[in-house]
Amino acid sequence: MALLASERRSWTIQRRVIGALLMREILTRYGRHNIGFLWLFVEPMIFTLGITALWTATKSVHGSNLPIVAFAITGYSSVLLWRNMPSRCIGAIEPNLSLMYHRNVKAIDIFAARLLLEGAGATISFIALAFFFSFIGWIEPPEDIFKIVFGWLLLAWFGASLATLLGALSHQYEIVDKFWHPAAYLLFPLSGAAFMVDVLPQQAQEIILLLPMVHGVELIREGYFGTAFTAHYDIAYMALFCTALTLFALAQTRIVSRTVIPE
Amino acid sequence: MISIENVSKVYPVRDGVVTVLEDINLRVNPGEKLGILGRNGAGKSTMIRLISGAERPTAGVIERSMSVSWPLAFGGAFQGALTGLDNLRFICRIYGTKAEDKIDFVQEFSELGRYLREPVRAYSSGMRARLAFAISMIVEFDCFLIDEIIAVGDARFHEKCHVELFHKRNDRAMIIVSHDTSYIREHCERAVVLSKGRLYSFDTTDEAYAFYAEHSH
Repeated sequence: MALLASERRSWTIQRRVIGALLMREILTRYGRHNIGFLWLFVEPMIFTLGITALWTATKSVHGSNLPIVAFAITGYSSVLLWRNMPSRCIGAIEPNLSLMYHRNVKAIDIFAARLLLEGAGATISFIALAFFFSFIGWIEPPEDIFKIVFGWLLLAWFGASLATLLGALSHQYEIVDKFWHPAAYLLFPLSGAAFMVDVLPQQAQEIILLLPMVHGVELIREGYFGTAFTAHYDIAYMALFCTALTLFALAQTRIVSRTVIPE
Repeated sequence: MISIENVSKVYPVRDGVVTVLEDINLRVNPGEKLGILGRNGAGKSTMIRLISGAERPTAGVIERSMSVSWPLAFGGAFQGALTGLDNLRFICRIYGTKAEDKIDFVQEFSELGRYLREPVRAYSSGMRARLAFAISMIVEFDCFLIDEIIAVGDARFHEKCHVELFHKRNDRAMIIVSHDTSYIREHCERAVVLSKGRLYSFDTTDEAYAFYAEHSH
């Protein structure tokens, strides 16, 4: 019972700290000027709209006859979800070092606050765009919302665990930051956002499906378009990959918490 | 009570490691005023950070059975991009207390006027120190950790801090680190000396001062 009570107290403190860090992030990132924290989802919306417009204009060769607007929104929203999380967590400890004089502010809380914010931004942007385009009749409503939610959560898990691992590593090794930019750029065309796995040759499919985010995107698209195409994904593979990534991430965060020096 | 047992702290440097604190043992009881004397580089600030829990020891155990403050009054513990007011709110949220009824006190005590609504990074070091002290008085702790508070502001402000800390909160425990014997003598009933990473305890404070005088050249 005593253990349970102390666990509950820790949880209360951690919630408080993450809440405080969330406010701190919102204030320093978006400030109180013009639309303020609405940028949280307006920015990803602009990105997605831009890509949608480009792909529509160029009739992008995505190798299927799926409607391009829905294809772009599901694809690019997914990219924003898993790719922005690591970008925000790399180097996240440094600007918060002075706050770590407060014993309850830990590296994991700093990551959690940024992940929640990034996840919320991408999610709100996705939902808002899907609603908007359904409303004006440019896209059909999705076939299976449950599948979309499930795929979205898997992608968020992947993004969060990758972000935490890279965020913790970046505090020790500067090279992580250098390597992430080209990696993020190169992974985008491979992530399944801009093509359907089904149109690839058999051998290419096997290789591309080694990337965990491809499974999440395929799952989201199956939820959206249903039987209009053949999706390729393996939920167990993706979950296993994310579990391993999460374990590494937590171990690395623990190492960083032991060595971090507030300033 | 705070109990420190066999605590060491080692930092990695370019060519190996440096041992900043070695095998430290210390107990601080509720209400006790303890001074830690040490020269520059003796490990005082590291010691205070370890006691506060902001850093973890490399070896050994630190237990806190009373609430312990963050290291007070040197202008740290702020986020520079946030305003003084937002830093105040942040700290209130972390420690689970309301900010709204404390703004007036901080405004008045820190003498910051409208600068309270400007980013902290635009403050002078004196302004930072005043804000830091004012904010650290709005959360109540059983034990306050004080790092070289002497550096805070002019004589009048110094006096205000003195009243707030040593008169109004005279029942609390305090751990004060300083290189200044007279400051420790004025505020503490017990003194220990930190020298070359080791902690020396004495039966009487006079012995501590004598030892420090001898080892501070």
